[in-house]
Amino acid sequence: MDKIREIIKKEWSEVFKNRLVLGSVILMPLVFTIMPLVILRGMQSGADVEMADMASGLPDNFSLMCEGLSSAACGQFFVLLQFLSLFLLMPMMIPVTIASYSIVGEKNTRTLEPVLATPITTLELLLGKALAGVIPALTITWFSYGVFVMGTSMIATDKALVGAILSPIWLIAIFVISALLSVAGVSLSIMISSRVNDPRAAEQLSSLVVIPLLAVFMGQSFGFIQFDLTLVVWAAFGMLLLDVVLMYFAIQLFQRETILTRWK
Amino acid sequence: MTDNMIYTNKLTKCFGDNLAVDRLSLEIPAGEVFGLLGPNGAGKTTTIRMLSALIGPTSGEARVGGYDVTQDGYMVRKSVGILTETPGLYNQLSAERNLSFFAKLYEVADIPAQVEKYLRMLGLWDRRHEEVGTFSKGMRQKLAIARALLHEPKILYLDEPTSGLDPQASRIVREFIAGLRQEGRTIIICTHNLSEADRLCDRVAVFRSKLLALDTPTNLRRQIFGRMVVFHLTEAQPGLAEVVGGVDFVQKAEIVENKLVITLDDPEAQNPTLVKLLVEHGAEIRFVGELRRSLEDVYLHLVNAPMAEEREED
Repeated sequence: MDKIREIIKKEWSEVFKNRLVLGSVILMPLVFTIMPLVILRGMQSGADVEMADMASGLPDNFSLMCEGLSSAACGQFFVLLQFLSLFLLMPMMIPVTIASYSIVGEKNTRTLEPVLATPITTLELLLGKALAGVIPALTITWFSYGVFVMGTSMIATDKALVGAILSPIWLIAIFVISALLSVAGVSLSIMISSRVNDPRAAEQLSSLVVIPLLAVFMGQSFGFIQFDLTLVVWAAFGMLLLDVVLMYFAIQLFQRETILTRWK
Repeated sequence: MTDNMIYTNKLTKCFGDNLAVDRLSLEIPAGEVFGLLGPNGAGKTTTIRMLSALIGPTSGEARVGGYDVTQDGYMVRKSVGILTETPGLYNQLSAERNLSFFAKLYEVADIPAQVEKYLRMLGLWDRRHEEVGTFSKGMRQKLAIARALLHEPKILYLDEPTSGLDPQASRIVREFIAGLRQEGRTIIICTHNLSEADRLCDRVAVFRSKLLALDTPTNLRRQIFGRMVVFHLTEAQPGLAEVVGGVDFVQKAEIVENKLVITLDDPEAQNPTLVKLLVEHGAEIRFVGELRRSLEDVYLHLVNAPMAEEREED
């Protein structure tokens, strides 16, 4: 455990000195948190009738999620939900950025051989690197979500809106699925990073992991998919399974011999 | 085998169809400084990596510090220190942080004390807070050597320890390695710097995928070139070489300018006879010395000679 902690500390002290990485890690949560609050503030000053009209045009199955909300609050909830989904992108994108630079960076500076020559196991090394990406990603995501909830409670006139974004569905999504997504993102980054030499290429390729997630959000927006508690719980189990598979392949691909003899 | 710190038996490594190391058998006792010499691509780094349990052999066996490199990789890595071909340091971290990070991975008990000890020993203590990215190549190399020693390994692998260093930095590193020898550590040096190997190594192995020769530098010189004595004469008279060549213990005699170069087995015992003979034949001897062939001559002779199997094929 000491070695894993040391790897994490080293990664943070190194990776966060990279302005590009630091910028990406800070900018994304800032935009994803502030933008919906600004829009919500704008919607509060709009007429309730406009919001009610908007709610009437929403997909049929979405109205089930508006139980207990006024028509105006339902319209606002629909808009906020599009942004709330972005909180699930954050835990994937942040570790992808960190892990891409962390692993490919080691390749470029030839620092991995001295590390592998120490009595550290591959699992300890990969866990350290993975956690170095996952921990800040989840901290930032959860903190941003907290700011988002607090901002909403201060801005929204209909307090039931706060209850809607604090529903069990979203609590599971933010606190469980986001962690699982984060692990998936970092595992994929490790796999991709062991095959490319440019951190930006690794990051861009790893970013493709968000495409299935975006497809799910689009499906929800257009009413093809409706998030309910059962679906979210099953999604969490599905993600857990996917994480195990991805981690397995990440460890398999991260072979000491391959790293030393083929990484150029 | 038990007295050897490093033991390999027919150690072989293939990368696909490429045979990198071919049936290498070595026995290196504790406290020896051993040189691995060979051209680029000869398999020196691959051998070091196998002996560090970084990569596995294709066949054969190797024991390092009593541990099998295939079965006890963890213990092997714990027992050895390695200076890799490129220093591989974290440029954005300070010298002190670089060492403390590796000390943790090597499970060093008193990290601050060990880090201070080696930073001071290698003259980097005053620069300990500076980012390694600002260091010169020599300083980086010294830091990488410090890293290899943090956990006080009994066995040390140094891959090109003075590569790319200026003469002053090379000398400091060489003297430091000589100091390590005094501490009784077993050291393997891979180098292209043959005069360095000559000065530092108790024994050297010349190999190009497979072992070509293994002995002390002095013995290799003798085996390949014999011992040569040079008689500096005021004037080399014609026929002098033939006269000397007729002596039973003289293997070869030739005149080169005003010097008579004689190949023989035991100069200490045989020189007086030769001096007497030369004086009797009117030669005026100004100076007598032994012609010392460099390790480079030995190396080039071995590496450029066709290998036994190639010769058989021809």
